[in-house]
Amino acid sequence: MKRGPGGLYAAPSVVWLTVFFIAPLLIIVLYSFMTPGARGGVELKPTLDAYRAIANPVFARVTFNTILVALGSTMITLLIALPCGYYMARSSKQTLLLLLVIIPFWTNFLIRIYAWIAILGNEGFLNDLLRALGLAQDSVRFLYNRWAVMLVLVYTYLPYAILPLFSTIDKFDFSLLEAARDLGATKLGAIKKVLLPNVRGGILTAFLFTFIPIFGAYAVPLLVGGTESYMLGNLIADELTKSRNWPLASAISLVITVVTTIGVMLLLRANGTKVLGGGGAKEEPEARAALVGASLVGSAPAGGAR
Amino acid sequence: MIGSDVVIENVNKSFGDFKALDDVSIGIKKGEFFSLLGPSGCGKTTLLRIIAGFEEPQDGLVLLDGANVLALPPDGRKVNTVFQNYALFPHLSVFENVAFSLRLKKRPESEVRERVGEYLRLVELSSHAHKKPAQLSGGQKQRVAIARALINEPSVLLLDEPLSALDAKLRQHMLIELDAIHDKIGITFIYVTHDQQEALSVSDRIAVMNAGKVLQVGTPQEIYESPATDFVAKFIGETNLFEGVIRSVKGEMTEIESPEFGAVLVTDVDPPPAGTRVSWTVRPEKIRIGLDRPQRAKDGLNVFQGVVEEPIYSGFQTKFYVKTPKATLKAVKQHADWSDEGPEIAWKEEVWLSFSAEDAFLVEVKR
Repeated sequence: MKRGPGGLYAAPSVVWLTVFFIAPLLIIVLYSFMTPGARGGVELKPTLDAYRAIANPVFARVTFNTILVALGSTMITLLIALPCGYYMARSSKQTLLLLLVIIPFWTNFLIRIYAWIAILGNEGFLNDLLRALGLAQDSVRFLYNRWAVMLVLVYTYLPYAILPLFSTIDKFDFSLLEAARDLGATKLGAIKKVLLPNVRGGILTAFLFTFIPIFGAYAVPLLVGGTESYMLGNLIADELTKSRNWPLASAISLVITVVTTIGVMLLLRANGTKVLGGGGAKEEPEARAALVGASLVGSAPAGGAR
Repeated sequence: MIGSDVVIENVNKSFGDFKALDDVSIGIKKGEFFSLLGPSGCGKTTLLRIIAGFEEPQDGLVLLDGANVLALPPDGRKVNTVFQNYALFPHLSVFENVAFSLRLKKRPESEVRERVGEYLRLVELSSHAHKKPAQLSGGQKQRVAIARALINEPSVLLLDEPLSALDAKLRQHMLIELDAIHDKIGITFIYVTHDQQEALSVSDRIAVMNAGKVLQVGTPQEIYESPATDFVAKFIGETNLFEGVIRSVKGEMTEIESPEFGAVLVTDVDPPPAGTRVSWTVRPEKIRIGLDRPQRAKDGLNVFQGVVEEPIYSGFQTKFYVKTPKATLKAVKQHADWSDEGPEIAWKEEVWLSFSAEDAFLVEVKR
């Protein structure tokens, strides 16, 4: 077969991926096998110390806590996002509703977290209201626990779940629901047996778009969480900035990246998508999009940001 | 399976300011193949959706075997629908699509297999049971939709323009199959279509609808041969439709003064008195066309002279647009066999047109 100019056209994305994705990942891999420098950074002395340190039970406890918070908030997010996406898809005011979903992105992420602190804080709006109504004498402590973290995470990632669900449900042929009702299904039965299986790709995308960034969350647990809601993102940041152990931070990042990638692949496999086969994903364009999306947001825990 | 009779009584339905159904009443007999025929937006699909339970009328009654079903949800009615775009479940195989209602009723696996097999045989799709709907042709999808609706053993099957997505040849074939299935299982079919040819060829009776109203209910012959209004006459088949004023009445024989043709003789069982403004019509195939002037052999033969403007040959027949001094008439000549043919009639030729008063009739009286 003659080679087309396809390789040339792909050059910009190859450069992009190399500079912003592969190179940083390689640096993290290299750092994880080095000796920590005295004031941060690394010394070029290869060692497996970082990986030995991971065996520490603290790491297991934080991982467990992270999975708990991430799964819980993802499930709550999906349960809210599904009816929202359904309603938007059936509404005649789609543009307005889409705008409402996108509006939060116009405000900086950190400012929105501080807004929640202003609402939930000891001297915050909610406590003022409770006192004014005579429902509480002392202020109630809403912040600095696992629930506050989950609330703000659900709030933050809800649009990421609503958008893919909306776009999948919007393409759904609603006469199928009528057909199911016609054949004897109840309203709920029709949604369970016909709508959900047909928007599976969208649900999967929404799950990945929410779960993966929440798994690497850093700012939210830092600002509204307490010791019980300490997450892997915080652990990485602390190793990086407080303990100045860059190799350990890199090793934890790598372990998370590998574990998340395997998880995503298993999930896609269970959804009937060939992950590495290439071209096998013909019937599931959403799932393929999800894989791409997952690999993009998958860099979040590695970077340890958010 | 046994069919139900369906009675629609004074049903009204509006969407905002738009009146979709205006005091519609129809009686459909047990086991009938009944068509709702009309242009798009005439209310036929709305009526079907009301019978199925997807829409609720503002007032009126829908009776199945004498019992009002309006309070029942779609899943509570012994009625099933074949949807316009089939609405097959894309995530399920042909087998599971057909099995859908049995699975909902939690029937045992052995019964599901047996019954689905039976209905797939009925629509000749046994060898496609494992396929997904996306792998089927239009005609095959159509048959899955029919099997899926019938397996529920409804007493009424509603068909919403089921053939509109198929090409002309396949449509003809599916129509014959539908008719055969109807004959085999004997339940009531209510068939919605905008295609008069479809409705005429398979229906026991037809209701012609326009702008939310039922204009005429009758057998295909009644609808074609004696349309009740000029809309029905124009919508069903092709026709020549003109206006005029009644000049004199002798029994059934009615003489009309037509601005285009002068005196025209038509028959009507109960003609209105002289001086009434009317519309009259004659079907193109009832007009004889020839090069020689026809003999006035009998009373009540209308004869006009004209020039062939355009002959349209389509194999089994030729349609002529013939220009008379003040109007254009459509006349159709069937090409039966050689003995019948006569000399060929060409473009721009002077011809004689004739039709019997028995073949022309009044369609609407304007008082």
